[in-house]
Amino acid sequence: MNAPTVLLDPTAERSPASRSLTARPAGLDGLTVGLLDISKARGNVLLDRLDELLSERGIAVKRYRKPTFARIAPTELKQQIASECDVLVEGLAD
Amino acid sequence: MQNIPDGLIVIVKRACPTCALIEPILAELANSGLSLTVIAQDTADFDVGSGQQIADADLGWSWRLDCEIVPTLIRRDQGAEVDRTYGWFRDDWERVSGCDSLGSDLPASRPGCGSKTQDPGMAEKLAIRFGAVTFASREVEIGDSEDPIEACYDRGWSDGLPVIPPTPERVYRMLLGTTRKANEVLGLMPPDLVPCTVEKVAINAVMAGCKPEYMPVVLAAIEAALIDEFGMHGLLCTTMFAGPLVLVNGPAAKSIGMNSGVNALGQGNRANASIGRALQLVVRNVGGGRPGEIDRATMGTPGKYTFCFAEAEDSEWEPLSVVRGFEKGQSVVTLFAAEGVQAIVDQKSRTPESLARSFALSLRAVDHYKLVMHGDAMLVVSPEHARLFIEAGWSKTRLLQELETLLTLPGSELVTGAGGITEGMPANMAEANLPKFRPGGLMIVRAGGPAGLFSAVIAGWAASGPTGSTPVSKEVLA
Repeated sequence: MNAPTVLLDPTAERSPASRSLTARPAGLDGLTVGLLDISKARGNVLLDRLDELLSERGIAVKRYRKPTFARIAPTELKQQIASECDVLVEGLAD
Repeated sequence: MQNIPDGLIVIVKRACPTCALIEPILAELANSGLSLTVIAQDTADFDVGSGQQIADADLGWSWRLDCEIVPTLIRRDQGAEVDRTYGWFRDDWERVSGCDSLGSDLPASRPGCGSKTQDPGMAEKLAIRFGAVTFASREVEIGDSEDPIEACYDRGWSDGLPVIPPTPERVYRMLLGTTRKANEVLGLMPPDLVPCTVEKVAINAVMAGCKPEYMPVVLAAIEAALIDEFGMHGLLCTTMFAGPLVLVNGPAAKSIGMNSGVNALGQGNRANASIGRALQLVVRNVGGGRPGEIDRATMGTPGKYTFCFAEAEDSEWEPLSVVRGFEKGQSVVTLFAAEGVQAIVDQKSRTPESLARSFALSLRAVDHYKLVMHGDAMLVVSPEHARLFIEAGWSKTRLLQELETLLTLPGSELVTGAGGITEGMPANMAEANLPKFRPGGLMIVRAGGPAGLFSAVIAGWAASGPTGSTPVSKEVLA
């Protein structure tokens, strides 16, 4: 009997991403909501409206902006958001 | 496997006429007072007198004894080799064995034959079989009934075309194409930002159809893609068309047989086709960048299978690598976030001024006639067109300068609403004169066959420059 054919895995050998999501908060009272503009055209329109609706309800809002949508957010920005907010809304696409 | 015995060892194969010639002296050697072990690579039917004969069907003995030629005669003492000779040279055999007048009826000398360990492809098989080469990558065992090519499809490793199954032997041969260590990490491959080793590149280069000698160029292309300014992550994810184009300059392109001539941008050359594909497969398999998942291209472009060619370097026109600051004679890979190829058919211009105007007009189409400083561009000038400039004394740099002038456009024609078209530059730019390309955003290369008054525009990603992708170059080393 022939030896079995063996191939070498060309991938990064990561198991399928099955990380669980962070638990959703029951409400937004007392939490700070971050709004991240990724610099895509008209992302600000969506985020401005969310800002308005959240602020009307007395929820603290902080605004952030990525330098360019074509690149992942700089580490400093990610750290800043993580340290200042409980929840983040990101405006994707245009 | 047993320990290698002391005394005399002769490695033979029946298919070798010199081994047959010296068969009568094996018994003589057995009587020399030293113990004799004959290792037969094919048929263990030699008359070895009082000696011992070993059938070396899996070539383990021959491999451990590092045999290249049969017959080989070795003398060992206290577990170590003392002396060896190969082929049949009576004086040498007498020296090694300590026997006098060996094979007195034989000719004084005969060359031997190649050991079976040297059969094509065998050295790699044996190195893997006997553990001289190990891999860090996971081994994927294919079932008896599975077609290896189909198995690669099933596991999601293919770009849609068949890949060469990456067996350990093929990957080992690929790794012999570079002096770099298999475990060397080239960087973090986007989009998943996982460490990309030379070994993973070799596996994907096998699948892409590369020859081992392409490895230095493939590695340079991967390293270039990992340079931050190239923005491989964004280029992969964008809804726009572009993918990485690999342009090769310098002696490496010639030595591996890349095409810079007839149909240079097309199909048919193994190095062009497989080097560009290897980069794409690394992004897919190592980086995890797959279309429909994180690659969100609205349409994509055929160049995302592979887009790689060499510049047809001409003594009169500086190669792109030199324009970009490298020395002449250095081999360099330049990556450009490229969309498709748009022809410039100009068969009537006979002056550089007229042809430059033709080029400029066609270059305006990059992204949109009314958008400037969005996408970079690569202008590919054919030899017949290039000759017109060269004969008029226009260097590549001169052509670039002339194009910059011709491509400085009145804002009034470009702003939103101009020409009845809403797309365009912001209204406040109406009074300005605007360059079509950002500084450094236009590259010129010479390529193509000897006949044809055609050149080509390869448009770049509309997010060219610091916000998205800047062309990058990397020297081809080893």
